[in-house]
Amino acid sequence: MNSSAEALRATFGGAIGRAVESCGDTIVYVDRAALLTVMAWLRDTPGQQYDYLVDVTAVEYRDRERPLEVVYNLRSLERRADLRVKVELDLQGELAIDSVVPLWRGADWLEREVYDMFGVTFRGHPDLRRILMWETYAEGYPLRKDFPLRGRFSRAEQVRQALNANPEAHYSMEELSIAEAHDDLPPDMRERLRRGERDKIPNSE
Amino acid sequence: MSKRTIAVELATPGLDPQGRPARIPLEAGVGPLERYEEGEPDAGEHMLINIGPQHPATHGVLRLVVELDGETVVRVIPHVGYLHSGFEKLGEYRHYNQIIPLTDRTDYLSPMANNVGFALATEKLMGIEITPRCTVLRVIACEMSRIISHMVWLGTTSIDLGAFTPFLWAFQERERIYNLQEMWTGARLTTSVTRVGGMMADVTDDFVAGLRQFVDTYPKTLHEIDRVLTRNAVWVGRTQGVGVMTAQEAINYSLSGPMLRASGVPYDVRRDKPYLDYDSYEFDVPVGEHGDVYDRYLVRLEECHQSNRILRQALERLPDGPLNIADPRLILPPKSRAMSDMEAMIYHFKQVMEGVKAPVGEAYVGIENPKGELGTYLVSDGTAKPVRWRIRPPSFINLAALPKMAEGHLLSDLIAINASVDIVMGEVDR
Repeated sequence: MNSSAEALRATFGGAIGRAVESCGDTIVYVDRAALLTVMAWLRDTPGQQYDYLVDVTAVEYRDRERPLEVVYNLRSLERRADLRVKVELDLQGELAIDSVVPLWRGADWLEREVYDMFGVTFRGHPDLRRILMWETYAEGYPLRKDFPLRGRFSRAEQVRQALNANPEAHYSMEELSIAEAHDDLPPDMRERLRRGERDKIPNSE
Repeated sequence: MSKRTIAVELATPGLDPQGRPARIPLEAGVGPLERYEEGEPDAGEHMLINIGPQHPATHGVLRLVVELDGETVVRVIPHVGYLHSGFEKLGEYRHYNQIIPLTDRTDYLSPMANNVGFALATEKLMGIEITPRCTVLRVIACEMSRIISHMVWLGTTSIDLGAFTPFLWAFQERERIYNLQEMWTGARLTTSVTRVGGMMADVTDDFVAGLRQFVDTYPKTLHEIDRVLTRNAVWVGRTQGVGVMTAQEAINYSLSGPMLRASGVPYDVRRDKPYLDYDSYEFDVPVGEHGDVYDRYLVRLEECHQSNRILRQALERLPDGPLNIADPRLILPPKSRAMSDMEAMIYHFKQVMEGVKAPVGEAYVGIENPKGELGTYLVSDGTAKPVRWRIRPPSFINLAALPKMAEGHLLSDLIAINASVDIVMGEVDR
């Protein structure tokens, strides 16, 4: 068992949940509210120095009673030590958590991917958009267990939407506002941008 | 947005009254073009251009939306996902051994190394100890992959920067490794060479002789490439000081592999968290100091030499003995036995129909892939199919630093920087 688990419990007490070991890796469960402080402490405290964020991902179990877990793999390059930090999110509750981008810029795309695939919102993320699926993808979050392997819509519906899709919608909201391209947009698109809407198929209502 | 007008006089006579060709004096303000004032009205107007997803310099279906001020890149917005295949989702519906063919198709420039990464993670999850011969063969697989991946990188990057010849040399070497892979697995690209607890096939004597011949002759090509590029004025001019990441930034952006080491962070998974038997090989880990495109080139070129060194040692020590572990619940019996022996047939049936169950738990294994740290994170709930199979995609994470590296450089430098990341879209999009 990694000694950081003990140190965390000594420092943060109740904010640290159980610490378990699986296949030789130490896993520490952290309370959602304390995530950012715990992560900053792990990164900056001498003796811990988990300065490298290996990965951010999420796990949803087949057992619907179990919460969704957001998983952070940390590494101390200095000490050659690894630590896995997990935060449990109740599937019935709000799937939201603080973003760790202020601590590690490398978390940017990783958190976007978790948002895209699992629907977890990262508070304070600078640019939380879908990344692997397209901006107007409306079928939900592909890696959730209630998402069918072949997608939520029928093949016919997927084709219909693809044919009806507005090609302009493939540009992200951010891009459309740069280089004065904004003025050349169709009026309904500008209106949509103004309202800050996302995840809608244009002209489908 | 103001439109610029250019006055062009149509039907220019072309001849002066004397019948000689008309001459237009090349002096400022006299030509047919309307002059425009400094700073008005074009100054500050940015241009939005789109590169890709079908563009040879984006190395696959990457799309870059670039905001330019003149020729200077103000902003880059990468778009990925055009090759998204949902591998991780598919993996949740497959037995562990059935996932191995999917790993080929993620980083398709180093398929064997991906196979090894997945097999190692599964074996860690199941608590399996593989045989010595299998260990050495996997090292050979990983280092062969590193060589072909770096050769593709070198070839395509040199083409991006205008050097065509190294591309031909590099792809010739890659072809020789592909022939060896075909000899071993029957496939050049979709190798699927590992199995949980062993390998799909053993190597033949011809393979060993062929690889030995490759190892002896390969450094010559590397020296040729080195001679053509390393001190080439065009190459140096276009790569030095371009796309710099400091060590601090590289760590903060979670870069890995040659990208991290070129920035001066001496972290190599093979050395610092050894898997297989890498701790018993003699090899050096090249580390850069400037973190620019040129250092990434040097690091990768040196890694090719070091891979060759490892291959040479692996060939020397390749032990005899069994390839697969002796566990009939994990390793399929030979076809002849499955068809003639009752017990073998039962094991065959159970493995194919039910799959191999992994104990409840989770395992993360990171291996040093050519692109960086390829992590495989498996979560099991005790069934034969993983609850979660996560690939930590090194080139996806390295690519995320592209805007940071490219902004402020010229558009042509963006191409060099993007090439230096060494992305493979099959892995970025998965």
